[in-house]
Amino acid sequence: MAARPGALAAGAARAGGERARRRSTPLIGAEPVAAAPVAVTTSATSKATPAKKATPAKKATPAKKTAPAKKTAPARKAAATKKAAPARKAAAAKSAPAAPAPVASVRKHRPAPRVTSAPSPRATTQAGERTGAGRLTPREKARRDAAARRPQLRVADPAAPRRRAARPAPPAPATPPAAAPPLAAVPPLDPTTASAPGRSGLPVPDLADVLDALVVGLRVAAEAAGVAPEDVERRVAQVLAYLRRRVEGDYDVDDFGYDEHFTENVFYPMLRPLYRHWFRVEVRGIENIPAEGGALVVSNHSGTIALDSLMVQLAIHDEHPQHRTMRALGADLVFQTPFVGTMARRSGSTLAASEDAARLFGRGELVGVFPEGFKGTGKPFSERYKLQRFGRGGFVSAALAAGVPIVPCSVVGAEETYPIIGNMGSLARLLGLPYAPVTPTFPWLGPLGMVPLPSKWIIEFGAPIDTSGHDEGAAEDPMLVFDLTDQVRETIQQTLYTLLMQRRSVFF
Amino acid sequence: MAKVVLVTGVSRYLGGLLARRVAAEPGVERVVGVDVIPPPHPVPGVEFVRADIRNPMISRVIESSGVDTVVHMNVIATPTFVGGRTPQKEINVIGTMQLLAACQKSSTVRRLVVKSSAAVYGSTPRDPALFTEDMDARRTPSSGFGKDSIEVEGYVRGFARRRPDVDILMLRLANVIGPRIRTSITDYFSMPAVPVPLGYDARMQFLHEEDAIDALVLGTTGDATGVVNVAGDGVVTVLQAVALAGRPAVPLPLGSASFVGGVTRRLGLADFSPDQMSFLAYGRGLDTTRMRDRLGFEPRYTTREAFEAFAATLGSQGPGLGSVVDAVSGVAGAASQSVLTALGAGSVR
Repeated sequence: MAARPGALAAGAARAGGERARRRSTPLIGAEPVAAAPVAVTTSATSKATPAKKATPAKKATPAKKTAPAKKTAPARKAAATKKAAPARKAAAAKSAPAAPAPVASVRKHRPAPRVTSAPSPRATTQAGERTGAGRLTPREKARRDAAARRPQLRVADPAAPRRRAARPAPPAPATPPAAAPPLAAVPPLDPTTASAPGRSGLPVPDLADVLDALVVGLRVAAEAAGVAPEDVERRVAQVLAYLRRRVEGDYDVDDFGYDEHFTENVFYPMLRPLYRHWFRVEVRGIENIPAEGGALVVSNHSGTIALDSLMVQLAIHDEHPQHRTMRALGADLVFQTPFVGTMARRSGSTLAASEDAARLFGRGELVGVFPEGFKGTGKPFSERYKLQRFGRGGFVSAALAAGVPIVPCSVVGAEETYPIIGNMGSLARLLGLPYAPVTPTFPWLGPLGMVPLPSKWIIEFGAPIDTSGHDEGAAEDPMLVFDLTDQVRETIQQTLYTLLMQRRSVFF
Repeated sequence: MAKVVLVTGVSRYLGGLLARRVAAEPGVERVVGVDVIPPPHPVPGVEFVRADIRNPMISRVIESSGVDTVVHMNVIATPTFVGGRTPQKEINVIGTMQLLAACQKSSTVRRLVVKSSAAVYGSTPRDPALFTEDMDARRTPSSGFGKDSIEVEGYVRGFARRRPDVDILMLRLANVIGPRIRTSITDYFSMPAVPVPLGYDARMQFLHEEDAIDALVLGTTGDATGVVNVAGDGVVTVLQAVALAGRPAVPLPLGSASFVGGVTRRLGLADFSPDQMSFLAYGRGLDTTRMRDRLGFEPRYTTREAFEAFAATLGSQGPGLGSVVDAVSGVAGAASQSVLTALGAGSVR
């Protein structure tokens, strides 16, 4: 409409320094105010607007033009008395359909702080509301501002709450019998319809042909390698289905950051070769882990980098009939470290704090702790299989408070993966690490030295120690906590000695 | 009990909606909305008073209207909308002080509802998975909105000591998100390519804007007191959110965060303070037991549904990612179909 005159008025105001002056003026109460009982006004009478901000200057001309003369008259009068731009007045007059009350315009003092909600285009930019589209071009913005000034234009009420359809079920079991589970995750069966319209509208090559060629190639390759071709294809389909869900963000993460989809599809498969073929882990006493409900697995800790916690977690997941997930409690340092901390959270670990432990027990989760911490992993090879101090027994009081059984766990074999023969103390301090190990292969062989020695591992879960029989407040009884801590520690230490006696050799 | 309600920050999105909703509540006789600029859209049923809460004038508004319930919505999380960090801090801190001073002097005010934020908990790697209301920040936010929120809460606690007869409810809202609202988080996820901290994947909780309004209305008209966390159920991680938004993620080392933050601020893409950077790296979760027990509020949207409601409104991004997603879906679908046919053929053979 009248964009030009509006711009002229704005320019004039700017030239007169009006805008700058007003901007630096406090809004209300700048002038001495007589006790002004702010009358309870209805929408029609509340017209006296403290026109302070400069924005409305733009509106002045069009508003004056459109408003009837009797409405602009009081506005002009007010302008004369206040030296204020008539803009807000005009806007207010325009927005209110009823005749303006003269009372309002003759009011002398500024803070008669009452207007009916007069829409302001400027406010739209400050209101913390998205306009839907992205950034606006100046022309578009001018158009919208003009539209916003039209009083009949109302923004509709926010859309009625709508719930999205329920998500597809959690990921398929780890070892599906056939190719059905990945298919279930991929609704569109016809590749052309799945991709052709697309979000982007880009031309996508006819995937069916490409894929047929790929599939044929795979079958040939698989047959040449002596693997069942169906197996290979199923794997490929699984990987693609996995990638699709990752790219679309279609997976669930629990409050602690445990990402089951990732853990089952990437984390465990990555560890399994190490578990089965490198360390040849032998698991004993898996029946000591309860089939359901909270329990606390307490294990010894060794091996420079905490491979043992990963192996215990995988052992419980793979060997336990219910495939339970052990939620390990990790040190601060783990979660401070990029990549490591993220991986730990994704695979179900959380911070070793009593709040988190209590919360996990409350959900009936299986929690794993390694109370020796860095003292255990960083101890020299000469002290192998000698349990270090068990922290302050926080894990015992957490289990006592929740009344969950404690399952002692002894890991044999982890000590020999990276035998620590020295410690680079100053380097460790420099890097902020608890220790910087020297092993027979590290750092001499560089990255090759990070390959763990292929020791033979035995993981034994001992009989659960019941904690539920104690009375209220047992978790706060330090003597009981220390006793239980010692009991757990002794059990693990004795089991370690027994296992070492039974072991034929370190590597076999 | 709320008869005359004063809502500050009524010209902002949440404040405006809240005022409108409160005005429609049975038993509420008047709603007075206060802000420094008039609301962008008319707010039916609300008397708008143009006043600055940084100014003692606010006391007169309270007195003359006989306000019995004050809803403080004018704690601003996003510096972009108020012209920078300095005015933001002034509005948040000085505004709250003035408002509380006015409330303290008033003889009519019986209830105070403050919109606070989960930012008071800070964000560090040593955080527990979920914060309850009784926990403190492991490392107090030293700058930005988080610090403002802590100071605001401090003043509110001081006010609670001086006026024990006034019921006080502080709602610590998780990041509010939704199809309409604009915050630094929505700006962030609206960027054409989203920079994420390399090696981190923080958990985030969101609250749908409708849920935020519902909780605030419930807090205004109900009689719950104390501090209550309000958040949608569940979490999404940063990378998951980026994927849900259909944007490509650009991992950048955390050390370059201040530089990248400066660049995005200059470009007007998103405005991020250091405490929000650490939020993106370490994340935060809220325990919402008290929200259900004490406030009696059940959010309609989970965190993920809230984010998806927001993501559905995002415009199309460049041609790149969409086609990649389509291609991957297509390949996956076609591959599984081929496998099926191959298996079927194999079984027949």
